[in-house]
Amino acid sequence: MQTPAPFEYERAGSVDDALALLERHGPEARLIAGGHSLLPMMKLRLARPEVLIDINDLDDLAYIRLDGDAIAIGAMTRHAELLDSPLLAEHHLVFREAERVIADPVVRNRGTIGGSLCQADPSEDLSAVVAALGAELVVRSRTGARTVPARAFHTGPYETVVGDAEILTEVRVPVRPGAGSAYEKVERRAGDWAIAAAGTFVTLDGDTVADVGIGLTAVGAPHFCAPEAEDALRGGPATEDRLAEAARIAAEHTDPSGDQRGPAEYKRHLARELTLRALRRSVARARGEGV
Amino acid sequence: MQVTMTVNGAEVTRDVEPRLLLVHFVRDHLGLTGTHWGCDTSNCGACVLWMDGEPVKSCTVLAAMAAGRSVRTVEDLARDGELDPVQQGFMQCHGLQCGFCTPGMLMTARHLLDRDPDPSEATIREAISGQLCRCTGYQNIVAAVRWAAEHPHGAAEVDDEAVTQSAPAAPGEGRSETEVSA
Repeated sequence: MQTPAPFEYERAGSVDDALALLERHGPEARLIAGGHSLLPMMKLRLARPEVLIDINDLDDLAYIRLDGDAIAIGAMTRHAELLDSPLLAEHHLVFREAERVIADPVVRNRGTIGGSLCQADPSEDLSAVVAALGAELVVRSRTGARTVPARAFHTGPYETVVGDAEILTEVRVPVRPGAGSAYEKVERRAGDWAIAAAGTFVTLDGDTVADVGIGLTAVGAPHFCAPEAEDALRGGPATEDRLAEAARIAAEHTDPSGDQRGPAEYKRHLARELTLRALRRSVARARGEGV
Repeated sequence: MQVTMTVNGAEVTRDVEPRLLLVHFVRDHLGLTGTHWGCDTSNCGACVLWMDGEPVKSCTVLAAMAAGRSVRTVEDLARDGELDPVQQGFMQCHGLQCGFCTPGMLMTARHLLDRDPDPSEATIREAISGQLCRCTGYQNIVAAVRWAAEHPHGAAEVDDEAVTQSAPAAPGEGRSETEVSA
């Protein structure tokens, strides 16, 4: 039987309550949302928090809504809600395509976007999606809120800028009129972590790439993104050759590790091919082609 | 710590350790052993039950996290001695062999049919994609869920069909020859 080490359980009734509990219990306390990453790590004793602060009662952090020029997503929004959201599908299909291949439907009933981003697993899918879309993350403490670009959120494997007495409350995804987006993932079996995955968006001005975002996961891309490839593609025509060149550059800047999911070279190959496929579909969607 | 929750419609209160998992709470503290305990890593889905109306993997939920919430286990599917149509479907279509995955499959199937009474084969396969069966190859499980979709009132309909078709099924057998061969 896998059992976590003993801990003290607290339940927060509000964000302020959660922040007060974090402050009272110090750095050995951890927030628990869906728990589908943290509890398995606790069972394996890879994580041994002394206090768990359950934030599942924070229903006011479960929302997806248009807020000015951004789509605001509350940190406690479950994967199942992200998958089903017509608003997200209308603006950024990359979310729906990524969600469809995150874990499995039952796990998606519990897992949250905030938990996934804060867990900061180097193979996590939404980290690539929010990096591609240039999202901003709102982090609250007792003294106020700060906004962190998605591309500056992760500081390493399983590490983020969120401090001991802070909580991620919201993900703000820019509305990008006319954008096409897509997600491509290769996994060993349904529900597994990615061997490699790419999420992209493209906006067009005529046939010129006005803007582009490329996110990559599981392949050691710094901050889950590929800015060199974006720079190479932005401002020129959206031709197949140029998409392929951008994909090549994206893969060149990855640093995958060989493991039981495959050797590094295979993952680098996937990074290139999946980036190309995602870019192709993003361009087609930006052109209004139903793909 | 003391936890109180509703399980299969009845309020229960128990003194538990904070680290107790929901699957062990229902099995060991409440004696509801219909929910199975499998992989312990949220992969196999043998422990699926409902919490606040949604299927969850109870090996990855603390009993403390379920406090104040409503839990439904496989024991609650049958009503007044009458099996739920999904349970009947598993009987009709041989949707199990060893039966280990069955409680979780039943709970997911019931939830799917409540939301989508006429799911396609692809929809059913997607719904159970987080649950492992090592006996059936899934084919008969999918057929069982389809059977339940086609018989939302269960065996009563089969009896009716048997009567109207004058099939040679014995009264009360609860199935017709056409159903068995379908």
